[in-house]
Amino acid sequence: MDMGMTMTQKILAAAAGLDKVEAGQLIEANLNLVLGNDITSPVAIKEMDKFTAKGVFDKDKIALVPDHFVPNKDIKSAEHCKCVREFARKNDITNYFEVGEMGIEHALLPEKGLTVAGDVIIGADSHTCTYGALGAFSTGVGSTDMAAGMAMGKAWFKVPGAIKFILTGKPAKWVSGKDVILHIIGMIGVDGALYKSMEFVGDGIAHLSMDDRFTIANMAIEAGGKNGIFPVDALAESYIKEHSDRSYTIYQADEDAVYDAEYTIDLSALRPTVAFPHLPENTHTIDEIRQMEPIAIDQVVIGSCTNGRLDDLRTAAEVLKDRHVAKGMRCIVIPATQAIYMQAMEEGLLKTFIQAGAIVSTPTCGPCLGGYMGILAEGERCVSTTNRNFVGRMGHVSSEIYLASPAVAAASAVTGVISEPADLG
Amino acid sequence: MNAKGRVFKYGDNVDTDVIIPARYLNSSDPAELAMHCMEDIDSEFIKKVQKGDIIVADKNFGCGSSREHAPIAIKAAGVSCVIAETFARIFYRNAINIGLPIIECPEAARGIQAGDEVEVDFDSGVITDVTRGISFQGQAFPEFMQRIISSEGLINYINSQS
Repeated sequence: MDMGMTMTQKILAAAAGLDKVEAGQLIEANLNLVLGNDITSPVAIKEMDKFTAKGVFDKDKIALVPDHFVPNKDIKSAEHCKCVREFARKNDITNYFEVGEMGIEHALLPEKGLTVAGDVIIGADSHTCTYGALGAFSTGVGSTDMAAGMAMGKAWFKVPGAIKFILTGKPAKWVSGKDVILHIIGMIGVDGALYKSMEFVGDGIAHLSMDDRFTIANMAIEAGGKNGIFPVDALAESYIKEHSDRSYTIYQADEDAVYDAEYTIDLSALRPTVAFPHLPENTHTIDEIRQMEPIAIDQVVIGSCTNGRLDDLRTAAEVLKDRHVAKGMRCIVIPATQAIYMQAMEEGLLKTFIQAGAIVSTPTCGPCLGGYMGILAEGERCVSTTNRNFVGRMGHVSSEIYLASPAVAAASAVTGVISEPADLG
Repeated sequence: MNAKGRVFKYGDNVDTDVIIPARYLNSSDPAELAMHCMEDIDSEFIKKVQKGDIIVADKNFGCGSSREHAPIAIKAAGVSCVIAETFARIFYRNAINIGLPIIECPEAARGIQAGDEVEVDFDSGVITDVTRGISFQGQAFPEFMQRIISSEGLINYINSQS
């Protein structure tokens, strides 16, 4: 029987020059963009030097974004960034982003119009799956795949099967994309979508902003997914047109596409959700948390490729307006890009944060992966809008990370215990 | 192609942050990364590991970040093979691409215990627990994957093809 293709399979078929692909098939696809950062690019550049064929396949289709330990946190990081900078100069890479232009890669590239619907994108960063929010196939790879991609403009893939998530209804006021994806990861587990696409459909998507969708696609990897992808609706198209002059292609899943599983999620029934240490699947709703002993926290981080966008900052500022963080609380706000930073300044959000006793940092991945700008000491607890709460991720092996939305993070900063905005009265 | 060594055993969801914590990612030198391999899950690992030793784990080994530093650290620590019930997909690609053999085999992941002497035959996919005298059938490595591994990685393999 001839079965239909999922949205992801259609994009991959086109990029491989095939009429039809099916799950499990090995294909070689042409790439629209190859991405790397200051951690992964130096390893890829070292691999590039081994190639007998020299140079990059297309200087316009490579993006190098030093963002993890940048502005340079120490001498070794500075050497890594220098390596990336020199490689970019030598190969005349168009999309190299220096401090002052750079932002967190997965917020920056859509904003710069480098990722559009129908693209096939690999990035040497696991959260490359973010661009699925725009109807692109994008997935994380390692440095060697990045090197091969930069040299040849191609990558091999095993065509993934898919899980369909039918989102219905409208989320309540303080429920965001972060709560949707944490709920899903809690439901299917950190390997629930291993090797598969997560395809999001349903009328509920109309109630999710682009920033919500970026957050959801961003954390597909936290369920083991190869990619997360959204249909391209009018909102997504207007985002693409506003940010890019590139042509784009809208793919739709076939009516008879085959899915390995289907889940229906009523967004109106979701509650603010928090992932407890040390896995993103250890989720509890705020109502369950209220039944527990209060969980005292030392630090709050609002930022990252998951939740450092304008919607996130607006939500956090709405909660922190005319309030102050708890005594002894360290609240660190990190706008994801310079443009977001500037807009937040113009809207007065930064003033709100500073008046509330928070600090505001230049764009960096910094604390999310325990790099710098908010490392935790032994036994300390952090509520963070980032994406991983593994052992030692943000500092000492005995420190703890609670993953949450910007609304919950901001409310928790005020009370000093895990809270939601409704708790603030 | 074969691997033989003593087993270090771990559970589910061994993530790349515990395999090589990000605080050491300001280096990309394999020997330096190896010094901190598995530090946040097993601080004894690097003191005890010997060339040829094998890591056996349960499901979703290598989940999390795309850092190729994770399989690089494991390989540079002397590990000859990783056997798991399942692997996270980016780790799987990275391990093959840098020439670290890895095999999915749920039965072996369950049956083999820490400290056992284990032998792996990559041509047949047979995993033998010498200590217990039992064998398990894992996936055999396709020829091109064996070539990538014997070439010490994807780039050398691509060069050898052209």
